[in-house]
Amino acid sequence: MLRLETRPQPSKVMSMASPLIALAVTVLIGVVLFWILGKDPLRGLQMFFYEPMKNVYGLAELSVKATPLILIALGLAVCYRSNVWNIGAEGQYIFGALGGGWVAMQAGPGTEWMGHAYVIPILLAGVLGGMFWAAIVALLRDRFSANEILVSLMLVYVADLLLGWLVNGPWQDPNGHNFPQTINFLAQTKLPRLIPGLRAHIGLLVALVAVGCFWVFLFRTYRGFALQVGGLAPAAARYAGFSARSALWVGLLISGGMAGLAGALEAAGPLGQLTPYVPAGYGFAAIIVAYVGRLHPVGIVFSGFLMSLFYIGGELAQSRLGLPKALTGVFQGLLLFTLLACDTLIFYRVRWRSSAAPQGASRVTAVVASTAAKEA
Amino acid sequence: MLRLELVNISKQYPAVKANDSVNLQVQPGEIHAVLGENGAGKSTMMKMIYGAVRPDEGEIRWNGQAVNIRNPQEARTLGISMVFQHFSLFDTLTAAENVWLGLDKSLSLAEVTQRMMKVEKEYGLEVDPLRPVHSLSVGERQRVEIVRALMTGPKCLILDEPTSVLTPQAVDKLFVVLRKLAAEGTSILYISHKLDEIRALCTNCTVLRGGKVTGMVDPRTETNAGLSRLMIGAEPPQLQHRPPHLGEVVLDVRALSLPKEDHFGMNLSAIRFEVRAGEILGIAGVSGNGQQELMAALSGEDPRSPKDSVHLFGKDISQDSPRHRRREGLHFVPEERLGRGAVPTLSLAANTLLTRTEAVAASGWIRTGEVAKLAQELIRRFNVKAGGAEAAAKSLSGGNLQKFIVGREIDANPKLLIVSQPTWGVDVGAAAQIRGELLALRDKGCALLVVSEELDELFEICDRLVVIAQGRVSPSVPTSEATIEMIGEWMSGLWPQNSATEVAHAAA
Amino acid sequence: MDGLELLIAASLNAGTALAIAGIGLLINERAGILNLGAEGMMLVAAIAGFATAVHTGSPWLAFVVGMLAGAALSACFGVLVIWLNTNQVATGLALSIFGGGFSAFVGIPYVQEKLGEQTQFQIPLLADIPFFGPALFRQHPMVYIAIALVAALAWFLYCTRAGLVLRAIGESPESAHALGYPVRRIRLMAVLAGGAMCGLAGAYISVIYTPLWVEGMIAGKGWIALALTTFATWRPARVLLGAYLFGGVTMLQFYLQGRGVHVPSQFLSMLPYLSTVVVLVLISRNAAWIRANMPASLGKSFFPGS
Repeated sequence: MLRLETRPQPSKVMSMASPLIALAVTVLIGVVLFWILGKDPLRGLQMFFYEPMKNVYGLAELSVKATPLILIALGLAVCYRSNVWNIGAEGQYIFGALGGGWVAMQAGPGTEWMGHAYVIPILLAGVLGGMFWAAIVALLRDRFSANEILVSLMLVYVADLLLGWLVNGPWQDPNGHNFPQTINFLAQTKLPRLIPGLRAHIGLLVALVAVGCFWVFLFRTYRGFALQVGGLAPAAARYAGFSARSALWVGLLISGGMAGLAGALEAAGPLGQLTPYVPAGYGFAAIIVAYVGRLHPVGIVFSGFLMSLFYIGGELAQSRLGLPKALTGVFQGLLLFTLLACDTLIFYRVRWRSSAAPQGASRVTAVVASTAAKEA
Repeated sequence: MLRLELVNISKQYPAVKANDSVNLQVQPGEIHAVLGENGAGKSTMMKMIYGAVRPDEGEIRWNGQAVNIRNPQEARTLGISMVFQHFSLFDTLTAAENVWLGLDKSLSLAEVTQRMMKVEKEYGLEVDPLRPVHSLSVGERQRVEIVRALMTGPKCLILDEPTSVLTPQAVDKLFVVLRKLAAEGTSILYISHKLDEIRALCTNCTVLRGGKVTGMVDPRTETNAGLSRLMIGAEPPQLQHRPPHLGEVVLDVRALSLPKEDHFGMNLSAIRFEVRAGEILGIAGVSGNGQQELMAALSGEDPRSPKDSVHLFGKDISQDSPRHRRREGLHFVPEERLGRGAVPTLSLAANTLLTRTEAVAASGWIRTGEVAKLAQELIRRFNVKAGGAEAAAKSLSGGNLQKFIVGREIDANPKLLIVSQPTWGVDVGAAAQIRGELLALRDKGCALLVVSEELDELFEICDRLVVIAQGRVSPSVPTSEATIEMIGEWMSGLWPQNSATEVAHAAA
Repeated sequence: MDGLELLIAASLNAGTALAIAGIGLLINERAGILNLGAEGMMLVAAIAGFATAVHTGSPWLAFVVGMLAGAALSACFGVLVIWLNTNQVATGLALSIFGGGFSAFVGIPYVQEKLGEQTQFQIPLLADIPFFGPALFRQHPMVYIAIALVAALAWFLYCTRAGLVLRAIGESPESAHALGYPVRRIRLMAVLAGGAMCGLAGAYISVIYTPLWVEGMIAGKGWIALALTTFATWRPARVLLGAYLFGGVTMLQFYLQGRGVHVPSQFLSMLPYLSTVVVLVLISRNAAWIRANMPASLGKSFFPGS
């Protein structure tokens, strides 16, 4: 019989190997899935893991997709380490897009003097928008102990509907033939590209800088330490005097701000306008990115790129192999599942234990029966 | 014929051999003590008898026949019943429902309630069956546990450290029950590390040390010193107790009243006492009488103390956070090591940061090199057996982790050190070392407040004693003038209510 | 829609799926397991049920298939959470995300499909009572089955020994384990039962309530069902009441629109979600009361030490 034995110390080796094992298992299941669908598994794997990376254009596309994922996941990592379960990053992302989009729509002759620096207020508005939406969750949890998982999730639906109302109503492009969309943002608002001709934009740099900042915050500052103790052992945090309330607000505001930043970057970058399709599921995919990245800033970079591989691979598989795009979602969910299962190996060892009884010992029922017989 | 026999039983865990070829022989109607310090292997042995754990080698014999006990239900079928140290009770259910769950299926709840009341009357263990367990006192909860065990008609009853939650008077009542059971033919296995009790109650004693049996003796003919030698290989270490050099009043608690935080707690009412520099004040009391609430109020973890109720060197700290109190010189060692005093999965180095911020710059930057050095220094100075400063807190044994945590607070040069249950679950060697450290700290002029459920320990190291009962605190009495009987009575709340003793205390 | 009696009838219909999912989650949570995968399970069960109904024409078979789908997914969740002690919140989320992707994937061929004619059910005699007839007695049998299920669960939890054992495990799995109960096996059974209920609710939605398949059609009802258990302080009868209230709020949008209330449709659509938030706030305000009623081991990992 297989038994799980607690390890005296969590295994650092397994900590890093676990995501890789999970990826391998997911790929294996993917191969089986391709085969069931009647497609060549090798071609399928090629679409997902080779095609997106084979040239600079591909890498640029990867970075475009990875940027929002990394940004959101960084914020979520701080949140989850503090045991604050912000599931509504998608809603905060939408609000960031709304905030940034609104500032973008104000661009005109009056703002031309700012040049491309106009991007800064756009991104700031995005951060504030995301923070605002997350602050509601924090307030309700702080004042009324309302569960942040459910509240943040409900607010995702509300944010989505709000976006729908705005692009169908007050913010609709008057020249847009009644399509639910805003105006196309002016060139001034567009994010500067990193390399001309490619879609990779400065958002990537922002993300990489954020990675460094978050690493320092989590592992070299007392504030970061306090947040993590709150997540690992709430009683110890109280003993040390770390405020659970401040952890709640810091976690939610940071993750809301990062999600909002990602939303504004998307709106001002690749999208260039607001439509009902702004929410692309990044807020939820980022949850997986955060976990697969071990809630660690550096790990998140890798898992962010991995997740973008899934996205782009899914698009390629659809256009070239006729496979449904929904496959991406299946793989993402599978990856998280297998990761959680593999993570047990960090804390436990698998042992084969024989449950053979000691020699010659009788079963209890037999003993009881014989005792009863003797006493009768 | 022996009722229960363990023959060469062994059990290996990943890090340690908990039982190494142990033998045990229990006669019918015998009260048999299993003596050993914390970590000697008593619980493992009991878990195997009780069916929670399987032995790796050896044989268990019941009434002469070898048996294989696969789970607690099978143990119960044989007639083995256990009363746990940490009660296996369900707080939101009634006493009757709890007992019903501990029995097998065939009876209805009504029948169980009826029989329960009969058993209670017979053995003097009265508890209202219809009350939910969370409303019962700790002593009453133990009675529910015992009644539950008795109703299975056990032929062998195992009691694991049953007196840690009882006043001395309640202990005597328990012994009456146990002697009656033994006279009726039930074998009793009595697990304890309290030598006086074992000598008063038990007719046979198996001593465990380091997983092995070091002796099987009749405790009625042994001395405490003899038993101690079997238990730890030496006489109990003597502590140097010098007369106190009293200084100013460091901690002044007055009119501390605090309503309980939730359903399950205890209100504190009008608590007052003071602690001076250079003395150790002990708070005695059976668990569940408000110690935890009082500790949380003093440490700052509970921020609701009324204004002016807690003063440190004359300054009102009642509403201060734990960090502020530490800055003023108040340090605290909580009773839960893992999860409160230390974070289990973090390293010892990281765990120093909980209460020691010398290595943290004003900007919040952590100087990790200094943090590691502090941890290493603590490990060395307090003789902590650990795999280095980066070892996870949960990889240490209870005694070593306690030494680290106590050491961490002592090393901070506190002006007032509050310690809750300093040696709970700690082996004798580490316990002696910790008590020695506390005395040394007091000799240097620090004020200490020690809460403990072990009266012996309090009598050993404290200069003055108070008793906490039902959320109220008694007047204080110098240890030299106190007796176990008196403290036992006070634990039931029966201390003199007038202020005559206050005068005596002020003059001391 | 006009007429209060039609609003009531629609609320009962809308609340039924919530009620069934709600008691499924209640069973889980009473055993101490928090299953955030409700939304994912309901989605997969919805497509499984819908596909079954398309191919066989039998809604009852669709319900059974839905229950099996829910149970199968919850089994994966259960093994991870109970035996491998993975974090319950993260694993539940993984299940929801996976369920969303998987159902979208499997459901692609069914997007334009329609089910056959829906028969109108009514209870003879009772259905003709003025006002109450149309309000209460012209429902699909599942509405009444849901009420029966709630009653059965209440009886199980409070009048049987097995129910007591379940509640005990939810409060303190360690104590139950010490007494010799197979805690993990019982928890798994609770998880499976809960999964089957969520599956039934999902199939009901796609086969009876809005007979079609669209990606993401559960639209958050799984999450609302989770909020319901807290709102109901873990008591079956209150789950039913809460479910109908939420059903009413959902139906309110159409009622108001029918009455000519000029509010943008998106805001009306927000009603169920906003009211969930409001309800959570109202209920959770008294944290001490919640703690006194919540199964004490909810969400925590259980390690049978040995």
